[in-house]
This record gives sequence, C-alpha cells and structure tokens, in this order.
Amino acid sequence: MLNKYPLWKNLIILIAIAIGFIYALPNLYPDDYAVQITGARSSTDVGQRTLDSAVAAVKAAGIKVKGSELGQRNGLIRVNSAEAQLKARPVVQSALGQDYLVAINMAPSTPDWLRSIGAGPMKLGLDLRGGVHFLLEVDMDTALKQRLDAFSSQIKRELRDEHIRYRGGDVSGKRIISLSFRDEQARSEAFDLIRNQHNEFLLDKQRGGKGEYNLVLTLTEKQVKQLQDYAIEQNLTTLRNRVNELGVAEPLVQRQGASRIVVELPGVQDTAQAKRVIGATANLEFRMEARPDEPDSAVEVYPFRNNPQRTARLEREVIVTGDSVANAQQAFDQNGQPQVNITMDAAGGDLMNRATRNAIGRRMAVLFIEYKTKTEQRQVNGETRSVDKRTVERSIISLATVQSALGSSFRITGLDSVNEASELALLLRAGSLAAPMYFAEERTIGPSLGQKNIDAGLMSVVIGFALVLLYMLLFYRVFGIVANIALAVNLMLLVASMSILSATLTLPGIAGIVLTVGMAVDANVLIYERIKEELRSGMPVQSAINAGYSRAFVSIVDSNVTTLLVAVILFAMGSGPVKGFAVTLCIGILTSMFTGLMVSRGIVNVIYGGRKVDKLSIGGKLANA
Amino acid sequence: MGLRKITSAISIFLVVASLVLLGVRGLNLGLDFTGGTSVELSYAKAPVLEDIRTTLDKAGYKNFVVQNFGDDTSVLVRLSDAYDDKLAARVTSDLRSTGDDVTLVSSAFVGSQVGDELKNDSGLGLLLALAVVLIYVGMRFQSRFGIASVLPLGHDVIIILGVFSLFQWTFDLSVLAALLAVIGYSLNDTIIVADRIRENFRKMRVDDTPHIINVSIHQTLTRTLNTSGTTLVVLFALYLFGGEAINNFSIALIIGIGVGTYSSIYVAATLLIALGVTRQDLIIPPKEGAGNAGEEEQPPEWLNRM
Repeated sequence: MLNKYPLWKNLIILIAIAIGFIYALPNLYPDDYAVQITGARSSTDVGQRTLDSAVAAVKAAGIKVKGSELGQRNGLIRVNSAEAQLKARPVVQSALGQDYLVAINMAPSTPDWLRSIGAGPMKLGLDLRGGVHFLLEVDMDTALKQRLDAFSSQIKRELRDEHIRYRGGDVSGKRIISLSFRDEQARSEAFDLIRNQHNEFLLDKQRGGKGEYNLVLTLTEKQVKQLQDYAIEQNLTTLRNRVNELGVAEPLVQRQGASRIVVELPGVQDTAQAKRVIGATANLEFRMEARPDEPDSAVEVYPFRNNPQRTARLEREVIVTGDSVANAQQAFDQNGQPQVNITMDAAGGDLMNRATRNAIGRRMAVLFIEYKTKTEQRQVNGETRSVDKRTVERSIISLATVQSALGSSFRITGLDSVNEASELALLLRAGSLAAPMYFAEERTIGPSLGQKNIDAGLMSVVIGFALVLLYMLLFYRVFGIVANIALAVNLMLLVASMSILSATLTLPGIAGIVLTVGMAVDANVLIYERIKEELRSGMPVQSAINAGYSRAFVSIVDSNVTTLLVAVILFAMGSGPVKGFAVTLCIGILTSMFTGLMVSRGIVNVIYGGRKVDKLSIGGKLANA
Repeated sequence: MGLRKITSAISIFLVVASLVLLGVRGLNLGLDFTGGTSVELSYAKAPVLEDIRTTLDKAGYKNFVVQNFGDDTSVLVRLSDAYDDKLAARVTSDLRSTGDDVTLVSSAFVGSQVGDELKNDSGLGLLLALAVVLIYVGMRFQSRFGIASVLPLGHDVIIILGVFSLFQWTFDLSVLAALLAVIGYSLNDTIIVADRIRENFRKMRVDDTPHIINVSIHQTLTRTLNTSGTTLVVLFALYLFGGEAINNFSIALIIGIGVGTYSSIYVAATLLIALGVTRQDLIIPPKEGAGNAGEEEQPPEWLNRM
C-alpha cells in the first residue's frame, strides 16, 4: 500500500482549485458607487455624447468621477462615495432631462481580464444591500369576470350586427354568460353565430320560463387556464415597464406560484413613491356618456377623480378596456396647449372606430378603476383576526367630446395644464393592466441595516472558521492541518460556485455557509477516527490510511445524500429566506464532499504517501505510541 | 447504554412536556406566519419601552407589541393594525413627537392570507422531508432503521418547538429553516451510527443485539462529539456575532444540535433494540456466483484506486 495518487488525479485537484480561485477572485474587489443612465423608452439609446455630457455635469458640480463606461443599453458613472453618488444623481437627471432614467447603483469593479472569462462577484440579496420587497397577488376572479364582461359586450354587438334580437347577456358565476331569446329561430341563429365565432365557450340550450328560449355559454376549462396565464403574463410585462419608470438599477420582477408576483427594488427607500407607481393597481374603461333619455338600467353614475362632487352618467356598456391601450403620451397641440396622444392596438382601434363613428358630438369618458387593500380587525369565534378587505374605486379621469370617428390613434385635448396631461398619460399607461393586483407582502430594508448584516455575517464566518481551524489543529495535529486546508479550499469553491451560478447571497445564505463550514469537517473527522481505529487494531500505517478513507466513504455518502435530500426539499418548498439557505447548503454539501474525500486525500498522499512511515501525527494517544 | 431506561424516561418526559407547552402556550409566531406590520426603529439613546407604549396608545394604535431588538437603542414595533403605505412613517413621526431622535431602520408588511398559506406549506415541507428520509433510509438500510432514524428527528423537532414555546421566542421563517437543517444534521449523526451498527452486525458473529449496538456507539462516539463540537463552535460564533436577524436561527440550531447529538446516541439506538433488529435483517443475501458476498460491504472499486 503506497497511497500515491496518479498524476491525473493530482491534476484534477489542482485544476479545480485553480478554477475555484479565479472565479472566487472577483468577490475580493469591492463594488463601486455608481450612477446608472438608461433611456426612458426602448427607442432612446445612451450614446457616448450623452455619457460625456453627464460626466461633464457631474464634474461641474464638484463631484469627483472615478470612471465612466458605456454598457449595452446604459451608461455608468463611477464615483467615490455613497454621498457623492446621492449628490450626482439629481445633477445627471437635470443635465439629461426626462428622456433618460438615472438610478443609483453598485457597479462591480471586476478587472477586465476576469470579466472576459465571465467571472463576476456574487449578487447580494435585498437583506444585505437594502431596498424594498413587494409580493403582489393577482386577483384571478376579477380578471376572469372582466374578460367575461368583454366577451359579453362583444357577443351582444355581434348579435345586434346580425339583427338577432336577444335579452339579458348577464355574467353569472365565474364562467357563465346567459342569453335569452324570444323564439327558437333566433336562438338557433345565435347558437350558430356564437359557435362559429367563439370556440372558447361551451354552448347549452336551456328551457326558460314561458316564451323564453335560453342559451347558456360556459367558458371552457382550458380557456380559463389560458386566461389566467395571460393575465399574469400581462401583469408581469406591465409591472416591468412601471418598475423601469422608477429608474431602479437591477430590479427583480418575477412570477411566483400561480397567481403571485415578486418585485424587488434594491436601493429604493421611499416605499410610498414606489407603491404609487407600481401599486397603482388599476384598469381603464372607455365608455360613452349616456344620452339623457337612456333608461336608468343601462346607466351608471360615477364621480370625477379630481373633483368627487362632480358626477357623470355613463353607459353601462364598455367600448374598450385599458388592455387595448398600447401607449399614451403627453404632448402639445399646434397652439401649445397640452394634450395626450393615445395609441390603441389594432383590435382596440377597430372597436373604438365602430363606437365613435356614429357618436360624433357626444362625449366619451375614460373610467379609472383602482383596487385597494384594507386590513380590518374582525371577531371570529371570540378571537381577533385581521382580515384583508378589498375595495374598488371607480372614477372618471377624462370626459371629452368626440370630434371625429376615432381610430387606433387619437388624442384627448382640452386639458387644463401640462401636469394634468402628464398625469392622465401616466394613468392611461398604468391602467393597461389585465387583472387587478393587491399587495400581499411588503418589506423595507434600510441600507445601514444591510451593511450591518454584511459585517455581522462576515464577522461570524471569520470567527467560526478560525475556531474550527483551531479545534481541528488541537485534535488532529498534522491531519488537522490537512483538514484545515481542505476546509479553506471548500470555502473558496463554495464562493466560486455561487459566483458562477450567479446565485444570490442572503443573510440566511451566510448562515448556510457557516453551517457548511461546521459540517464540512465531519467527513475528515470520520476518516481520521477510522484511521486511528485501524491503527489501534494493529494495521500498518499505510494500510490504515487507505482503510480509513475507503471505509468512511460509505458513511460519508449516506449522510451527505440524506442532508442533500432535505436541502432540495427546502429549496423546492421554501420561499425567500429559506431558499437562500437551501442553495448554499446544497452547494456546500457537494463541495465539501469533493474537498473532504479528494483534496484531503491528495494532501495526505503527498505528505505520507509512497514511503515508509512509522507513526502518524493524528492526535490522541496513538500518535505518540 | 446502561443508561437506557433513564434516557428513555428523560426523552419521553421532554417530548410530553414540549407537546403540553405547545398545546397550552402555543408558539410565538413571527410576522411571516401571522401577517401584520412590523417597524424597526433606531433611537439615538436608549428609550424606556413603557414610554413608547404609552405614546403609541395615546396615538390610538391597537394590538401592538413593543420590544427591544438586539441592543438597547433598537426597538421593534409590531402591529396587527390596518395597513397602508404610510403606517411605518406615521409610527415614526408619532414617536418623534415626544422629542426623541428616532430613525426608521426597516419595515415589513405581510398579508394575513400569505401568512396562513406559509404556515400550511411549512408544515407540509417538514412532513415531506421526514417522509423522504424514511424512504431513503428504509431503502439504503432496512425499514426498522428508517423508523429508528425518523422518530428521533420528530423527537428533536418537538423539543426545539417546546423550548421556543417555553421562552416565547419568535418563531419565524429563519427558525423554520434551522429546524430543517437540524433534521438534516441529526440525520447525519443517526446514519453514521446506523452505518457502524450494520457493519458490526456483519463483522461480529454474535447475536447479542444490545452489545453490538453498544460497541458501535462507542466506536463512533469520538467522531460524533468532535463533529458536534466543531459545529457548535461555529454556531456560537454565529449567535454572538451574527446580528439580531439570525439570533433565533442560531439558537434553534444550537438546541437542535445538542438534542440531535443526544438523540442519535440514545434515542435511535434504544429504538433499534425496541424494534428488535437482528443480524438477519442486515446480512446481504448471497449473490449468485459471488463467493464471499455478505461478509462486509465493499467500498466501490474505483475508490480503492483513489
């Protein structure tokens, strides 16, 4: 028994360590404080000239610029301190104007040669860098009902176009529209028409009361699922656009589960402002003002948004909803008066044209619908429980006379001020949400707390690490040193793996690393105890080393696999903090198996392998025997 | 191993006491599970908590908890009050009105529905983790080993919950993560003992089950204590220097590792004896054509080349 590793095996270990070292390296370079510039619209590019003028403005304001660079679609100006960063942001914003978004950011200062091989530092979670975290819940029931209302309007219009007389058209339950007809012929005509036009419904002829021929339309299961997916996708897109409007660097907008969306805004501290923009969970409806002679059953009365005392009577029927609004922008007409230009998608423009070509001179209203959550205390079985109550507020944001038949692009004029126009444009854009959303969770982490967390985490990793090193050295002497080297390599590989996977480091993640450090020595302890045991039973030194490693192998794999199983379940079931912990634990188990078995064996082989050894420095009585 | 009767009594007592505590006092669930609002504030100089309570009471807040968070100058206010985006700012300004120098460090809001869902998911996650472990160990060793390694895990989890209930420490998501980590860790210990028991059953040609288990535990004792020792050392570092946010996390782990080490030595072994594990359960059935199979589980062939 010689305990020599073949060359290739030593090479594998060395290469793994070298790669680990290179990819862990970027984490040693501290992030720069930076100001990031992006175009407010996707058409606006940030060019060298824009960047130069921004840099000049920053310098003119007496702030030292550390460097500047152009990215794919953004520019970055690096400064020296957090203070300078906060001062530079408004300076850049006013120098560039409203066409650009300026955000504060932390820019990695990874050297170019490292960046060229794709190495970069770990991302820090929100709890370490500060910011706002929102969890939004998409209200699927309302989303479905809105869709059904739209379908109902459309079907009724088609029936009218074909001169089929009907009554009703009410939406009942989550999936049903019921219509009724005077005679069998009208019903079968309607049946054929709807079946041809709308395969999203299951049709059912039903017998009603005297002289009533009913037709019940049920939305198919598949369609319901599709609508829900569509609703959440649409909300994601809208949210991304709104978050971009906030000018936050590296925001996160992500679907979570069937009906939730996570929004994380690093660096944002003003929750109220963030919520005003992304939390304007809203929708729009375009409706005609009711004629004076219209019966009350076809009319709804709504107040104005900026003047609740004033009300207007609107038709119950919706022309188009905010989903069809592709864009809305504040502009000026030839007389310099503010106006809002609206662009509809093709279908929306079509509907708008049909509704307005016979309504010139009448007034059209834009109804703004806001969804809000209020928490109430309620007594349930003698217990006080907080219950989330959802309320809907509808108000008119614009009532304007139709001057001509409208198409897919038109404008709203007669606005009092530029502010009103830009507010209206913002609301129109914000209103193009497919389904209402509610805030289900909200967290704010101050930047100082973030820094405190990093410091505390680092401190405990360092101290824990040092204590373990000392412990192992005292107990296992030379073998302790081997274990310690393996442990250091383990930590490095863990950091490197997380950087390569661009996993996010959170506070529980740091706890996971600390725990891994503690557990990583387990493999070595197992092996050393086994070696000692074999020595005690009289085995020669080299055979004892080999037996120690190979017999402990089974136990190590068994115990690590079970822990890995638990970590994977944690990852799959958990959210947020639990997930961060699970990720580091998973990676840690894998790297510690590699270092515990391969690396430490390699070192032991180098020290003791290939020669005659009489005694091992492995601690305990045996070492001196 | 002679302590079997005493340790069994202690374990049963601890589990029963924990269950009673959980039933009577319940857990002090954190914001993650209950829903509500929490506001963390930092004072320039240490305030009197009672004064803060009076101020908030006068300002008309109901159902709130005021406590120190970490050091004297940090204060955590938890409200189950109606939430709106200005609540945190309002609490801060109300407290500032008494002339104290207060800054808002962080605030959090969790909807009651999310909290309820999380409670269910977490319970499910714990059970699932235990079930998967039961199956894996059952396959890898034998079904009795599966039961003998999962029951001690339940024992550990219940005792940790009991301690958290006794001291009314906040049970939040990070403590749940710790609980799951303890399961992984305690399992680690139990498996290593079980592994040795299996090896000894195959090697030592005697049928004295308690004796073999006893020997196996002694053989692995140094390893168990050393590993727990290093992990505990790290956890104490985490507890002392890791900051308030992971305080409860580290406490849960420290208790868990202590109890887990104890349970893998005493509880698991006692259970194995009680369940009546015999040599026959662990002898590998002789393979066809293989001469000396069943003597000892051989490490994989590639390992010998390492």
